Amino acid sequence: MLGSMAGILFDGFAYGMLLFLLSVGLSVTLGMMNFINLSHASFGMLGGYVTVTLMQQLGWPFLATLPAAFVISALVGMVMERFMFRRMYRATDLDQTLLTIGVVFMSIAGAAYIWGTVQQPVVMPDYLSGSFLVGGVNIARYRLFLIVVALVITLLMIGGLEWTRFGAQIRAAVDNQRMARGLGLDVDRTFSLTFSLGSGLAGLGGALAIAMVGLDPGFAFAYLIYVLIVVSVGGLASIWGSFVAASLLGICDMAGKYYVPQLGSFLIYLMMVGILMWRPVGLFGKR
Amino acid sequence: MKQLSIGIVGAAASVLAATVSFAQQPPVKIGLILPYSGQFADTATQMDNAIKLYVKQHGDSAGGRKIEIIRKDSGGIAPDVAKRLAQELVVRDKVDVLTGLVLTPNALAIADVSAEAKKFTVIMNAATSIITTKSPYMARVSVTTPMLNESLGSWAAKAGGTKRVFSMVSDFGPGIDAEEGFMRAYKEAGGQIVGSVRFPVANPDFAAFVQRAKDSNPDGIFAWVPGGVQPAAIGKALNERGIDPKKMKVMGQDALASDEALASQGDLALGIITVANYDHNLANKLNRAFVAAYSADYKRNPDFFSIGGWDGMHLIYEVLKKTGGKTDGEAMIGAAKGMKWDSPRGPMSIDPETRDVIEDVYIRRVEKVAGKLVNVEFDTIRSVKDPVKARMK
Repeated sequence: MLGSMAGILFDGFAYGMLLFLLSVGLSVTLGMMNFINLSHASFGMLGGYVTVTLMQQLGWPFLATLPAAFVISALVGMVMERFMFRRMYRATDLDQTLLTIGVVFMSIAGAAYIWGTVQQPVVMPDYLSGSFLVGGVNIARYRLFLIVVALVITLLMIGGLEWTRFGAQIRAAVDNQRMARGLGLDVDRTFSLTFSLGSGLAGLGGALAIAMVGLDPGFAFAYLIYVLIVVSVGGLASIWGSFVAASLLGICDMAGKYYVPQLGSFLIYLMMVGILMWRPVGLFGKR
Repeated sequence: MKQLSIGIVGAAASVLAATVSFAQQPPVKIGLILPYSGQFADTATQMDNAIKLYVKQHGDSAGGRKIEIIRKDSGGIAPDVAKRLAQELVVRDKVDVLTGLVLTPNALAIADVSAEAKKFTVIMNAATSIITTKSPYMARVSVTTPMLNESLGSWAAKAGGTKRVFSMVSDFGPGIDAEEGFMRAYKEAGGQIVGSVRFPVANPDFAAFVQRAKDSNPDGIFAWVPGGVQPAAIGKALNERGIDPKKMKVMGQDALASDEALASQGDLALGIITVANYDHNLANKLNRAFVAAYSADYKRNPDFFSIGGWDGMHLIYEVLKKTGGKTDGEAMIGAAKGMKWDSPRGPMSIDPETRDVIEDVYIRRVEKVAGKLVNVEFDTIRSVKDPVKARMK
């Protein structure tokens, strides 16, 4: 009984970390830059396809494809920011929504055109598949790997934003654009880099997620709802908030599905509604 | 001499008349409704590929009339859209035949149109039993969910040698049909269901459900998920919990061991048992030729959607030949009833009473043959009819 509860906690936390990795980029673009970026999961999908293509066509090892997924998604994000999204920063929420949802549709059609509608094979190396037992608890290797990566990224992101010069510039540019410009900061450049950071993180999250959830052109929509829930429950502009929200949602979802499977996927929405009624700005939101 | 020339003129005239009448015969229009976009887009790709291949190999005319296919995208589960498309096809495009129909809700929605407009309708995939009862002009060339899962259920209890099975299915129409079919046949054959769970259709992580299955200590697991990304996801979740299909019987319907699912799981999939009405690995001559032509054109293997498209076109062509190009609903469905042919999937026919398909059902196991993972059929259940309609009588 205790063993199964520990197992649920571990699996749920790992599932939460999967949600966190998928959504951490969005807490940068939507959370910090305040840009309604529904195309976030499209960048995740791009990262997934980069990983699959490099593994299948060029025979790269899985771990080596992860930085490539980050870099390529970041570059595509940077180009799109420069030519499309930059013009929309001052637009209304509705305009941003319409633009980015259009990007989602185009990315789905584009992925179906290039890679076909078929789901892609994602074969994990042996050291990342299977599981081992620790004190009666079944530890799946890939889940453990997800948890480690998520913790590293959380530390890097929180530390980077808090204690580096670039982090300070981002915070300044996001908090008060006019003042930042007045102080001589190149706000456009900072925004461009921040957006590509968010897109790169999305790509990395997508690349890490496909081993568990699979990949086909539907990815861009299928996981959009989950990342939006995580970011809104965690509170905008808070990496830590996304982390806590994702863990909470992951563990509750897993426990709910194990103990009361009749509730199905309803629990995660119930929690979202409950938390947002209690704290409309999310757990750690400031605005 | 005069007589001869009259003869020649007469012959020429009759030839001319024949060509004229052939030219004047308008083409037979076929309205093809498939989910070309959205979650189920790949099913449409596979089915349409086979349809194109059939037309390529058999020419674009049948029964002396040209065939014209009008394609419409229903975009996923959308009964309202499918119905509107069917109405447009009948009223505006004046089609003679409705076909395609991968998804049950869409097929049910167009049944009214088929019945009222008296249009011959060929279901190429949608697999819920009752669909064909909704219009007297409908015939089905795919399979029904109970045909497959009841066959699997009785096999699991008898030849399969399991006593206690845990069932896990997606919580929507086809999944529930599969669960009911499997459980009914399994219990009738003396097996015990030790637990069951229905999970949401959109479910990224199966860990909790697999853990539940494991905790109830079964000697077999029945799993039904729609095709797409989920078969591989559930396979990996089983592996993470240390459930090895080589030791515990993991059973399901065809999609659980599709090519794509096998490619993602690799050797973890070895031993998974599935029930199917078609597989590209079937060892008959017709199938070898079909698979070779298909993979030459489309760089993949055909699947059960493809075979539905192929045999659907075959039925339409053969019906047109039999009616001599007549396209009214009564004539066409009359010609379809009882029609028998050899398909790449094996011998099949249209039941003259129910207009549903009669065919062989295969039990397969994932094995490694020449370094590749394939579904090897090791048991065949001959001439299976839809059991639900048999009980309706």
